[in-house]
Amino acid sequence: MREGARERILGRVRTALGRMPGEGAPEPPAYELVVRGPGPGPERVRLFVERFEALAGKAHMVGSAAEAGAKAREIVAGRSVVAVEHEVVRAAGVMEWDGDVRHGFATGEELRRACAECAVGITSTSYALADTGTLVAMAGPGEPRLASLLPPVHIALVPEAVILAGIEELLLRVPEPDEGTSSMVFITGPSRTADIEQILVRGVHGPGEIHAIVIV
Amino acid sequence: MATGRVSIFVTCIVDQVFPRAGMAMAEVLERLGYEVEFRAGQTCCGQPAFNSGYREEAAVVARHFLRVFEGAEWIVVPSGSCGSMIAHHYEELFPGDQEMAKRARALEGRVFEFSRFLLEVARTDDVGARYEGVVTYHDSCHALREMHIKEGPRRLLGKVRGLTLKEMDIAEECCGFGGTFSVKFPEVSGGMARTKVASIVRTGAEAVVSIDSSCLMQLQGALSRAGVGVKTMHLAEVLAAR
Amino acid sequence: MKGQSSVPQAGIESTLGDARLQLAIYTATGRLIDHRKKAVSEEALPDYQELRRIAHELKRHTIENLDYYLAQVERKVAERGGKVVYCEDGAEVSRFVLELARARGERLVVKSKSMTTEEIHLNEALESGQVEAVETDLGEYLLQLAHERPYHIVAPALHKTRYDVADILTGSLGVERETEPEKQTKIARGVLREKFLEAGIGITGANFVVAGSGAVVVVENEGNARLSSSAPRIHIAVAGIEKLIPRARDLAVFLKLLGRSATGQALSVYTSFLAGARREGEADGPEEFYLVLLDNGRSKLLADRDKRESLYCIRCGACLNHCPVYRKIGGHNYPWIYSGPIGAIITPQFHGVEQDPWLPFASSLCGACAEVCPVKIDIPKVLLKLRAEVTASGARGGTERRVFRVWAWVMAHPWWYGVLGKMAAALSPRPAGGGWVNKLPGWMAVGPLGSWLKERDLPPPAEQSFRSQWERRRRGA
Repeated sequence: MREGARERILGRVRTALGRMPGEGAPEPPAYELVVRGPGPGPERVRLFVERFEALAGKAHMVGSAAEAGAKAREIVAGRSVVAVEHEVVRAAGVMEWDGDVRHGFATGEELRRACAECAVGITSTSYALADTGTLVAMAGPGEPRLASLLPPVHIALVPEAVILAGIEELLLRVPEPDEGTSSMVFITGPSRTADIEQILVRGVHGPGEIHAIVIV
Repeated sequence: MATGRVSIFVTCIVDQVFPRAGMAMAEVLERLGYEVEFRAGQTCCGQPAFNSGYREEAAVVARHFLRVFEGAEWIVVPSGSCGSMIAHHYEELFPGDQEMAKRARALEGRVFEFSRFLLEVARTDDVGARYEGVVTYHDSCHALREMHIKEGPRRLLGKVRGLTLKEMDIAEECCGFGGTFSVKFPEVSGGMARTKVASIVRTGAEAVVSIDSSCLMQLQGALSRAGVGVKTMHLAEVLAAR
Repeated sequence: MKGQSSVPQAGIESTLGDARLQLAIYTATGRLIDHRKKAVSEEALPDYQELRRIAHELKRHTIENLDYYLAQVERKVAERGGKVVYCEDGAEVSRFVLELARARGERLVVKSKSMTTEEIHLNEALESGQVEAVETDLGEYLLQLAHERPYHIVAPALHKTRYDVADILTGSLGVERETEPEKQTKIARGVLREKFLEAGIGITGANFVVAGSGAVVVVENEGNARLSSSAPRIHIAVAGIEKLIPRARDLAVFLKLLGRSATGQALSVYTSFLAGARREGEADGPEEFYLVLLDNGRSKLLADRDKRESLYCIRCGACLNHCPVYRKIGGHNYPWIYSGPIGAIITPQFHGVEQDPWLPFASSLCGACAEVCPVKIDIPKVLLKLRAEVTASGARGGTERRVFRVWAWVMAHPWWYGVLGKMAAALSPRPAGGGWVNKLPGWMAVGPLGSWLKERDLPPPAEQSFRSQWERRRRGA
């Protein structure tokens, strides 16, 4: 039945366009992806921080992984934490904290429960985009999808080196994102809605509070 | 002094309802040194039929227009909407008629909305007008979005002695006329006009100026119904004043 | 197919007469207009016009070679461990989802906002198949509880006040009455969080389908689409066949335009690029991924070269916000879920011009829609074509055509034109003092004149037409 649908739809599309089965396509229109804004360095970091904060994210600058850990701990303030298995998070010493810090899950179900129960999710980030203040989360062993999504507070540890100028630079660097991950998510500020009378409310389904601890 | 002969197409609405706008336009053109001709066979551009979905009927009128204005070097029109109809839409009225399509295409560089003619052909933004008062300018949609006329009329108004231009907060918003739309959906059209009237009133202007008489008919109709003492003037009338 | 509809006069008048609703529409769309304006300004996005041009070209290229890209995405999705399912219409989509749910023993579906699934009434179909489908976008959830359709493509509950929302939540969930949007949101979050964790199937739409990546791209602000696509065991994305774009890099163009045009955001809060199911080594994510490619009339639209561009739409809603007609009549007076200018051009093409013959005429042709369209769809041009199709179909009746025929004849015969003009001038009442006509005698106040006078005063024809004055001047000279 549905196999029939495929043939019928493709058949109608070809007839409408006057094309033959198996016909190729010319190259898509050419245009350049232009990378704008400051190159790597303090200016770029400053732009990221500025844009991230303009969206009501909270940015913090630290000088080392250890300092990042201390800053994260201060933000967590004793609440329950789910931490991802990422070298940056490990280097920050998050796994060694005492208190309710959950990590290293044996099953997906355990991870999911931890994400649903904990107050804070601590992750790293694959990339960040300076001009929009965006975190780019590519799912992988050290980057589960739910850790930056289910807890009400999200803390991302952002090494300076992963901050790119913008989406153009990202797509030049990773032209085929599907090759490395099944999920690439751009996170630009805290979860929000304006569905009731256009009044801005944060934290509707995802985290209402989001921190970027930039390690320079 | 500019020289040459211009043929004016005054449009049916100016001919039958607002002749003073047409007279004012002729006066300004003559003041600049042009010889103005009015070809008496002219009627309408055909837009009412075109916009109502009757293309064959619009083509009948377009054919007539092309016949009447055969050989005219410049055709000046006191309307962005009718001007755009002639310059941009005539061609599609003749699918499969190469000859007519070609004649229609040939119009494009010869048909000028009045303010554009002053600025681009007569190359002047000061026609020596004097008008004491505060006015606001309404952007008519087809002039603005099909002919990209935005700054020109404002430049001309800027050179009128004694005149102060106060911009509306929604100068670019449609007045709600839309040809037969105004009578097919009178409540919606009327609502749009009232939104515009409120904006006109907020400026404190005593007159609203436009380059399209049809918009002015809609606005004056709404102003008059609301009992608001703001008048409407075609740009040509302001420029003819001394 | 339903019978022919006529102008929803009662609905239009009640919307126009509802001051609260008028204010709500005007304020909400006004805010979106302001936000967009800033976001595409010269300072914020200097290459905005160039991006629009490229976006239009990319869409044109994809649509003109659509069968090629469909085949490509099918192959790519399969490579990524997912499956493409073609569906002719809504019935086929719901049958697919129900069969899958039955096979996997799933009873609960969480859905993120998707106009495409609204289009085919998927929720109702699933419910009747004993599968619960819960909308999770806050606005959509409220409307689902209220049994209403979206008022706006991007802001579905634009017409609801916080007090309406309080009634909906209290009435449906039995919670204490709460009128603060922040607290109302919390209530919904609580209910929906449970659903996300319990559901076995998540259904999302797709803002873009990247052919070369076998990926869908879902853009949102709340996080419900992320949850719908990553918490349940199965993710189904439902997209119209026109949603394809060639490559991931093209997102640099489209994403820059979409958020800015819709809400003025440089990027929406969450943009998910999803290529297949969870892979080896990934910690979480769905085990199964399906991409449903829906036709439902789209291939029919493709056949018309002049109106094909209607399929370029990326559903940003900017044309609605800028449309002075939408801003007066709101979303529910349009006959289908797609409202505003884009609705006015695609509804007749999906349903046939005979079904809602009034719709293409409900526009002043002001062109504000085309001016802000991020993919440069020439909406007024398509409206004009549709008007011609409506009249050709005979749906407006023969009288109007006869009137225009006579009118055109008169306009091509200047002598008659002159005489009739003089007659009108002679017959017209002239208010003392030279003002405009406020009222006409009953026999005259019919048809267009009557309609005009409902709302506005009417100028009497000039006593001396331009041509008479000119002739007199010529003789005098």
